Amino acid sequence: MLDLGIDVLFKGTNFLRLLGGLWVAMRISLISIALSIPLGLLTGVLMTSKSKIIRFIFRVYLEMIRIMPQLVLLFLVYFGTTRALGWNLSGEMASIIVFVLWGTAEMGDLVRGSLISVPKHQYESSEALGMTKGQTYLYIILPQTVRRLLPLSINLITRMIKTTSLVLMIGVVEMLKVAQQIIEANRMTSQNAAFGVFLVVFILYFLVCWPFSRLAGFLEKKWQG
Amino acid sequence: MSWEFIGKYMPMYQRAAVLTLKIGIIGIAFAILVGLMSALVLYYKVPVIKRIIKMYIELSRNTPLLVQLFFIYYGFPKIGIRLDAEICGVVGLAFLGGSYMAEAFRSGLESIDKIQEESALSLGMTRFQVMRYIIFPQAIATSVPAFMANVIFLLKETSVFSSISLMDLMFTAKDLIGLYYKTTESLFMLVMFYLIILLPVSLLGSLLERRLRYAGFGN
Amino acid sequence: MAEKLLRIENLIKSYDNLTVLNGINLEVNQGEVVVLVGPSGCGKSTLLRCINGLEPIQNGAVRLEDEVIQHGSKNLPDLRQKIGMVFQSYELFPHLTVLENLMIAPSKVQKRKKEEIKREALELLTRVGLADKANQYPRQLSGGQKQRVAIVRALCMHPEILLFDEVTAALDPEMVREVLDVMLELAKQGRTMVIVTHEMQFARAVADRVIFLDGGKIVEEASPDEFFDAPKTERAKKFLNVFSFERVENK
Repeated sequence: MLDLGIDVLFKGTNFLRLLGGLWVAMRISLISIALSIPLGLLTGVLMTSKSKIIRFIFRVYLEMIRIMPQLVLLFLVYFGTTRALGWNLSGEMASIIVFVLWGTAEMGDLVRGSLISVPKHQYESSEALGMTKGQTYLYIILPQTVRRLLPLSINLITRMIKTTSLVLMIGVVEMLKVAQQIIEANRMTSQNAAFGVFLVVFILYFLVCWPFSRLAGFLEKKWQG
Repeated sequence: MSWEFIGKYMPMYQRAAVLTLKIGIIGIAFAILVGLMSALVLYYKVPVIKRIIKMYIELSRNTPLLVQLFFIYYGFPKIGIRLDAEICGVVGLAFLGGSYMAEAFRSGLESIDKIQEESALSLGMTRFQVMRYIIFPQAIATSVPAFMANVIFLLKETSVFSSISLMDLMFTAKDLIGLYYKTTESLFMLVMFYLIILLPVSLLGSLLERRLRYAGFGN
Repeated sequence: MAEKLLRIENLIKSYDNLTVLNGINLEVNQGEVVVLVGPSGCGKSTLLRCINGLEPIQNGAVRLEDEVIQHGSKNLPDLRQKIGMVFQSYELFPHLTVLENLMIAPSKVQKRKKEEIKREALELLTRVGLADKANQYPRQLSGGQKQRVAIVRALCMHPEILLFDEVTAALDPEMVREVLDVMLELAKQGRTMVIVTHEMQFARAVADRVIFLDGGKIVEEASPDEFFDAPKTERAKKFLNVFSFERVENK
């Protein structure tokens, strides 16, 4: 049989270490998501503000964050600010800062999109029914916004989780790094470990992200009609 | 900021940018090919192959490019598939981008009303002619915004190529920071070069989107 | 009487367990105008779609000059060239100009010469009063204009029979007339047509024969005067009553 080198993971605590690496990546994603969602909601509402200046400022923020690859942002914060501000930032901290900045921008844009997607005559017709502004928002606008927003934000979560794989590049010891260490340590005894271990990393990422995208797809389909 | 340093290492960045662009463009071209074929398989509901494509799309969309690249670059040689780093970059980008392009084209194809097909059929067109002259041109136009978003997304994704030791922009920046501690200059050039690559594509994208949204066909 | 162009024998069409057409027998002569009327859901649009092979049928046969029209068969594109169909929702191709809409099928399907098609297309456009719209896109036209273009598009293929599927149902009232006038003109030219419509006065004016469909069956078949003045069946009477109003009393 072809030696796929998966056996390495059954040696000692190797598999647990790999899962530990996954947890590091997840921890960064979860903290970033938890911070990005409320900040993004706020940003989204501000982005529909009547003030041109506020809208402009947030537009610039969004476009600036968006145009750069996330890895460049990680480099800027990790290498750049350490130098410019003279502090010592851990890789994990830098990652969280970048993902919150990025997540807030993306979430804000999703919120803005959902808010303006509700047609104007929905406001008008609910006011024509004698609803107050508060009632209009609570019963008419918000439910429609949420239905649009929720699947998109769940998708954003999977994007965030996938993007955390990048933190390897600024020295955070997450799953890929642990995988490399395991492969390196067993170079002599298990030559094919690179195949098996990276395959498992691939599958683990899939197992984490897939349920989220299924959920997003399910909600999207359910609320479409 | 040392302009002298910037001037000295500019050619290095240029070479890196060319590499990034080269792999990016070839990879995206293959991604478009994979995406188109996948979208057509899904649209025509080709039995069996349809399931394989769906599985591929799920796998590709739910794993990071970095992990895909590691698997292709470090894992594949162990089962006898040894690919050069640049080819790995192209394969990785095509694997990742193919599923995103497939979704863009598929939703374009599905946005065309069934009765458009029927009205073309009623004029005596064959199924192939219906696709070629009626559905495809309309579907492509509808998928332009998603398509452009994917192009930008994939160009940005090329930033992880340094992980498989391709001397791209990230690699160059990290190298210079490590060697000379000229962090500010290195990062400045990194950002500038990415802007040079990404800004025009992004502007083109929003221009096309605006034109499609407000005009459509005619005027 | 003239030769039979279209022959439908014992046609049965069902979706899953729902039978939409249940044993339709119908013959259409060369040069005849047949109008199909009936309550919505009676299967008249489905019948048109079966004539064009857009729907698979479960039993019976549709023949155009002895050739069988069957959903999914190889010669369908050839047969469909002889059948022009106009849809309720126009279905012009939005990415093509009016002229391109008219020319695409004759040039790509029939491989006719571009100049010849163009001359004919422009001539027909002039006849329906739309010569100045040739280079515009469908979205720049009104509904009535679009529908006239759709009719011309069907004519450009030189069909032997024309099918009209509620072609005025989506139009604003003031545009209905311009489309119906075009169809009346075609009837005068002696075209063979099968028309599904809710415009009863038009039906009476244009038809050689009226077919009343209900519940997937032909319930009544008569000349227009007979059908509208003295319908024989209760169902037809009831159906025709829908179109007349009684004065509101006690106001």
